Amino acid sequence: MSGMAGLRSILAAAVLLAAAVFGALPAAAVTVTSVKSAGGIEAWLVEDHSLPLVAIRFSFGSGSALDPPEKEGLDYFASSLLDEGAGDLDSEAYKARLEALSIRLDFGADMDATSGSMRTLAANTDAAFDLLHLALTGPRFDPEAVERVRGEIVSDLQEAAQDPSTIGGRIFWRTAFPDHPYGRRTRGTLASLGRIEAADLRRFVTERFARDRLKIGVVGDVTPEKLKMLLDRTFGDLPASSAPGSVAETAPVDQGAFYLVKVPVPQSAVIFGERGLKRGDPDWYAATLLNEILGGSGLNSRLTAAVRDKRGLAYSVYSELDPMRHAGMIVGRVATRNDRVAEAIDLVRAEWQRMREEGPTEAELAAAKSYTIGSFAAGFDSTSRMASLLVSMQVENLGIDYMTRRSELLQKVTIEDVRRVARRLLDPQKLRVVVVGDPPSLPGAQELPPDGG
Amino acid sequence: MRALGPLSIAVLLAAASPAEAGQFNAQSFTLGNGLQVVVVESHRTPAVAQMVWYKAGAADEPPGKSGIAHFVEHLMFRGSKATPPGAFSRTVAQNGGRDNAFTTEDYTAYYQTVAADRLELVMRLEAERMHDLLITEEQVKTEREVIIEERRTRIDNVPSALLSEQIDAVLFLNSHYRLPTIGWQHEMRGLAADDARSFYQTWYAPNNAVVVISGDVSAERVRELAEKYYGPIPAKPVPEHLVLTEPPKVAGTRLEMTSPRAANPYWSRSYLAPTFIEQGGRPADVATVLAELLGGGESSRLYKRLILDKKLATAVGADYSAERNAGSFTIYAEPREGVDIATIEAAVTAEIAVYLRDGASAEEVGRVKRRLQEGAIYDRDSLMAPARIIGSSLASGRTLAEVEAWPDRIGTVTPEELLKLARDIIKDETAVTAVLLPEKRS
Repeated sequence: MSGMAGLRSILAAAVLLAAAVFGALPAAAVTVTSVKSAGGIEAWLVEDHSLPLVAIRFSFGSGSALDPPEKEGLDYFASSLLDEGAGDLDSEAYKARLEALSIRLDFGADMDATSGSMRTLAANTDAAFDLLHLALTGPRFDPEAVERVRGEIVSDLQEAAQDPSTIGGRIFWRTAFPDHPYGRRTRGTLASLGRIEAADLRRFVTERFARDRLKIGVVGDVTPEKLKMLLDRTFGDLPASSAPGSVAETAPVDQGAFYLVKVPVPQSAVIFGERGLKRGDPDWYAATLLNEILGGSGLNSRLTAAVRDKRGLAYSVYSELDPMRHAGMIVGRVATRNDRVAEAIDLVRAEWQRMREEGPTEAELAAAKSYTIGSFAAGFDSTSRMASLLVSMQVENLGIDYMTRRSELLQKVTIEDVRRVARRLLDPQKLRVVVVGDPPSLPGAQELPPDGG
Repeated sequence: MRALGPLSIAVLLAAASPAEAGQFNAQSFTLGNGLQVVVVESHRTPAVAQMVWYKAGAADEPPGKSGIAHFVEHLMFRGSKATPPGAFSRTVAQNGGRDNAFTTEDYTAYYQTVAADRLELVMRLEAERMHDLLITEEQVKTEREVIIEERRTRIDNVPSALLSEQIDAVLFLNSHYRLPTIGWQHEMRGLAADDARSFYQTWYAPNNAVVVISGDVSAERVRELAEKYYGPIPAKPVPEHLVLTEPPKVAGTRLEMTSPRAANPYWSRSYLAPTFIEQGGRPADVATVLAELLGGGESSRLYKRLILDKKLATAVGADYSAERNAGSFTIYAEPREGVDIATIEAAVTAEIAVYLRDGASAEEVGRVKRRLQEGAIYDRDSLMAPARIIGSSLASGRTLAEVEAWPDRIGTVTPEELLKLARDIIKDETAVTAVLLPEKRS
């Protein structure tokens, strides 16, 4: 494959699905290359020499769900400190190096993964990967940086404790998963954060950063040969396997709930949802189309039509699939004036019920297919977004030819499939609804204190 | 938190990260009706972005009608003579596209990303609503509730956003920039169909718009399509923008807001600053470098002194925000737990005073300029960024040549120019100092 053609041809294949609906687009070979280094480290690569940039994204196969219960927030805290000094460079020196070379480096944690993302000018590729190697293998966790970043996270947590939609999300997840890490918080609590020491952070790095569940995506101005060398230099001396630790398969509490948290704001934030499905579920593509019609962002979804367009009750209302590794959810949000919250929730429940009973129309399904297929390409127009997709494809076992197959997987979903999945997933009786705001009255809702009590 | 509301962010970005010299290699032509069309060819992905920019925003609103520019933006999705309500976005989506829009003080922009072979469709749709918008009482009634909910989400529910509105209202004494783009709620309630029609008819015209196309298409093809769809729309007289400039400030202002919903204290100080376009944009370029030097990210002076050395703050920064006819320069800090406002204010003031006394070395300024210039390379790594940067600059009164040459111009900013500009604008005795305090809970 010639480098220049890489990104373009993959996206051409993605757009091809649109062609199936609307007519001819030239077919193109989709090529993601699997590159394996001498040391056995694999990355998926899309060469693209049209700009002098290289993007890498990688993910370690465990996230904050493995944080010790007393030390909730450990993963997030440690990840936030990886660019705060490593090897001989203290925080200031390390960041000065990044800045001098215009390297963009970020680390992050969610429940299922600890991940990193870097973009560099091609001319600085070697130095950039060396700095990344240093961050992964020799982070310093100097007391100055640890306390400063702890202060930043505390400040964020305090901010979040005042934000209606964040309060709602916290209570939603805690009550849906009362006995599972998914009910906890990636960023931890003020109390748990206070218990995390430098020794915990060091142990986290040695136990969790390993080659066994590492997935890597690279896009841009780099050749496979060069990348092989970079992979060994960057990840080669990580331990072969991470410390044992597993997260149990789970499902949300299987009954409806309706909570109100009183907070003096002019607009109530509402979060609602119930059990969904995981990414590997055979019904995934039908569910994707179902959600697009019900509450997706692209079309005028049924929720948007009912709540926003017909009645002007909200600026934004949506639902989305939230596939985690050990459980799946379908979750939505709406924000509306306090005196009409009950009406907005009733409308959501009614749309949930209507979709469960009737499913979509043929026209709605066709439109959802066109959108979901056709909008895929433009979502991966940058090197970093494409690198991110390459990692997801590996984590979710979608196959290296996923981009050529995706349109077909969506196309072959029938209206019966979507009707069946609607009956499987949508049950207004089982909706968990959390309202944070100041509604004059909300019949049927159980009041909870802001901390979730 | 920033000195200007979320609706003004696009202008901020435009000032902060314009294009590398000549690297967009954009081509531009003007139709007979006065519509300017700019094409950035990029063949990395078989997709294309269209952005349509109207040189009309909140600054062009009549008195008492705050929010009408943004309201018209919403109504542009509620139907034209050829496209029924809701059909615009639905048609784009059914063709695999995404679309949205935003409004600022100086312009209103609409955009779509689609597969390259759908460009014709979205050009036809945009051309229709450029001259054929249908505004009905029924649509106005419902959509007005939507924008009021949007205001609640963005502003009324967010203490820092409420304070930000108050800052603008006292920083700008004369110009329309003192009013929120989204509108004051009591005025939004009174916005009527006739107000929307009048704003639309006054300002929406090909000769007051710029179309930017970025992506996998040739300039020749764009010209063909532009002639076909936009070409027939007649030009019409569009009024001059009412230019209200700021008088000298002679008094300082201190704003304090205590909110039970504020989590952490926040401090900021805002100054009037150069406009986006005065003196060919040179002062705006210098102010951009100054903000980066003092408070742009983790290598800036304020970050190093306030966060790393003195350990007084959890966040600190400087922002320069430029509009067509006004600008503001803001320094802000969030004190660390246990640090009071007086302490953080004194420390920030002292750090700025050091710079105002001594200036910065050529080496330090060089590093800051290079960071800005190299950032321009990253701006090319997407479909939308080039269209956004070019469109916002042209809609705010700059030329394409100026956009293309931005990195070169940044490279010529001298330490002496920086210091002179800083001494001109950073005058604490006439600044607006704002404090947000959490209400003590018992």
